[in-house]
Amino acid sequence: MIELNIELLESKLKQHFNEAILSTNSDSDMFTIEVSKEALHDVLRFLKEDAYFNFHYLTTLCGLHYPDQEKSFGLMIQLHNMPENTRIRLKSFTNDQEPTFKTMTDLWPAANWMEREAYDFFGFRFSGHPDLRRILNMDSLEGWPLRKEYPLEDPFRKDKDDKMFGR
Amino acid sequence: MYCRKLEQRKMTNNQSPNRINTALQEKEYTTLNLGPTHPATHGIFQNVLKMDGELIISAESTIGYIHRAFEKLAERRPYYQITTLTDRMNYCSSPINNLGWHMAVEKLADIEIPKRVQYLRVIIMELARISDHIICNSVIGVDSGAMTGFLYIFQWREYIYEIYEELCGARLTTNLGRIGGLERDFSDIAWEKIKYFLKEFPAGLKEFENLLVRNRIFMDRTIACGPISAERALEYSFSGPNLRAAGVDYDVRVMNPYCSYEEFEFTIPIGTNGDTYDRFMVRQREMWESLSIIQQAIDKLDKLEDKTSYHANVPEFFLPPKEEVYTSMEALIWHFKIVMGETTIPKKEIYHAVEGGNGELGFFIVSDGGRTPYRCHFRRPCYIYYQAYPEMIKGSMLSDAILTMSSMNVIAGELDA
Repeated sequence: MIELNIELLESKLKQHFNEAILSTNSDSDMFTIEVSKEALHDVLRFLKEDAYFNFHYLTTLCGLHYPDQEKSFGLMIQLHNMPENTRIRLKSFTNDQEPTFKTMTDLWPAANWMEREAYDFFGFRFSGHPDLRRILNMDSLEGWPLRKEYPLEDPFRKDKDDKMFGR
Repeated sequence: MYCRKLEQRKMTNNQSPNRINTALQEKEYTTLNLGPTHPATHGIFQNVLKMDGELIISAESTIGYIHRAFEKLAERRPYYQITTLTDRMNYCSSPINNLGWHMAVEKLADIEIPKRVQYLRVIIMELARISDHIICNSVIGVDSGAMTGFLYIFQWREYIYEIYEELCGARLTTNLGRIGGLERDFSDIAWEKIKYFLKEFPAGLKEFENLLVRNRIFMDRTIACGPISAERALEYSFSGPNLRAAGVDYDVRVMNPYCSYEEFEFTIPIGTNGDTYDRFMVRQREMWESLSIIQQAIDKLDKLEDKTSYHANVPEFFLPPKEEVYTSMEALIWHFKIVMGETTIPKKEIYHAVEGGNGELGFFIVSDGGRTPYRCHFRRPCYIYYQAYPEMIKGSMLSDAILTMSSMNVIAGELDA
C-alpha cells in the first residue's frame, strides 16, 4: 500500500499554519504534530477536508497530563487516512488548569463521547459540545480521576494508607 | 396507553367530535427505561426511550454502570500485570485483548517474536474471534425468536473455552500469553482439541447457517433493521464487522498486519446496507475465514523447523520457569527484577491496534521508562460505535432496537472499561 508523503504534509502544514505548528516528529511509530491549542480545530479541519491528505477517520482521542511540564495538560488525537493507510497523531498542550478546547463534534460525530470521556477524566471543556456531561463516572464525583494528583485509592478513606505503593 | 385515553375521551365526549381532534394533535409520548438491567439487553445498558406506542421517537444512552477505571489502574501496575485488566474489557474474546496488549508492550520494548509463537498466537486469536462471533450471532437468533440455533452452536463455544483451558488454565478471563511469547507451549491435548474443532466445527456452523441464513422469518426480521450507511459509519468511527457490514473493507489485520497476518490468505467479507442481516452475515463469513486462517497457521507450523520455542529470548521480560527460579541464581535474579519492575523499558509512546472481536482495539501507551506506563489509553471499539445507537434506532420499533443492539455486539465490559 502507498503511504502518504509525510514531508509534503509537513511542509503544507507549515505553509498554512506556520507558527501554529509547534513541532513535528517522525521518530515514534507515527508522524506526530504538536499544534497550538488555538489552531487545533483549523488544523483538524484542514487535515480532514483536504482532498490529498484526507484524514477522514478519527481513530481515538484522549487527555494527557504531565504535571512536571510547564504546559501540563494535553490532548492527543489520532487520525487515519484509510485509502492511503496513513495514521498521524496530533497533540496540543496548554498551561491552563481548566483547559477549554474547541469541540470536534462538528467534524466527527464520533468525537462526542470521546470528548465527554476527556471531560470526565481530565476536566477538559469543549466549547460548542452539544452535551458535555460526565459519561463513565457518577455525576456526583468530585475531581478529575485521570489527573496525576488524583489518588488511585478512595481519598476519603481513612483506614488505608497507600503512600508506600506510589510510583 | 394513548389509545385507551382516546377511547375514554370518545366515550365522554361523544357529542363533540372537535375535542377529539384537538386531543389527537397533542401527542402524548411514553418514556420507557430500557435497562440498566433488562433480560433483552445482554449486559448493563440503559436507554431512556421516548416512545409513541411501539415507535421510538428518541433514545438516550447512559453508560458507565460497570466502569472500573482501567486507565487509572494501569498507571499503577507493571506492564505484565495489566493483561488481567484487558481480559475484562471484551470478555467474549479475551485472548485477543491479552495478546493485543502483549504485542503493544513488545512494540514498545522492541522485542522480536519467533515465527512459531506468532503462528500459535494467530491460532488463539482466531479461535477467540470465532467464539466472539458465535455469541453475537446466536444471540441475534435468540432476540429474533430462534432459540434453537443458540443452543446448538453454543456447544462449540464451550469447546473453544475448553481449548483455552488447555492453553492457559482459564476459560473466560484468560490472562493468556506473556510479554515475549506464551506462558507455555500447546499441550498434546490442546492440539488434539484444536484439530477436532477444525474437523467438526464446519458441520456445526453449516447447521447453524442452514437454520437462519435463508430463513424467511429471520430475513424479514433482520433486513433493514437498524441500518447505517458507510459514510455515517465512518463519521462515527465504526470499526470491525459493523463497519464492514456497511460496506467498508477496513480490517486491521490487512491494513496494519501484526503477528504475520500478511502471510495468510483470507478475504474481508463486506455487506452493503449495514443492517442487522449484513452484520450477521459478515460475522458468519468471518468465522469461515478464521477457520481457514487456523488451518493455514497449522500448515505453516508444520513447515517450520522450529518446533519448540514458545517465547522470545527476553529474560528481562519473560519470567523464567519456576523450577529454575529455585535452583539457579540467574533465573532468581531475573525473576526478582521482573517482579520488582527493575527492567528498563524505552521512553517513548506507541499505538498498537489489533482487530478485536468487534473492531479496532487500540492500545496507546506513554512510557517514561518506569515500571508502569505513564499513561495508558485503550481504544475500545464498542465505546466509540455505541454512540451511534440512538441514531440507528430512531424511528424503528422497540423490538428492532433490541435486535440492533445485539447485532452491534456491544460488550458492557469493553464499553465501560
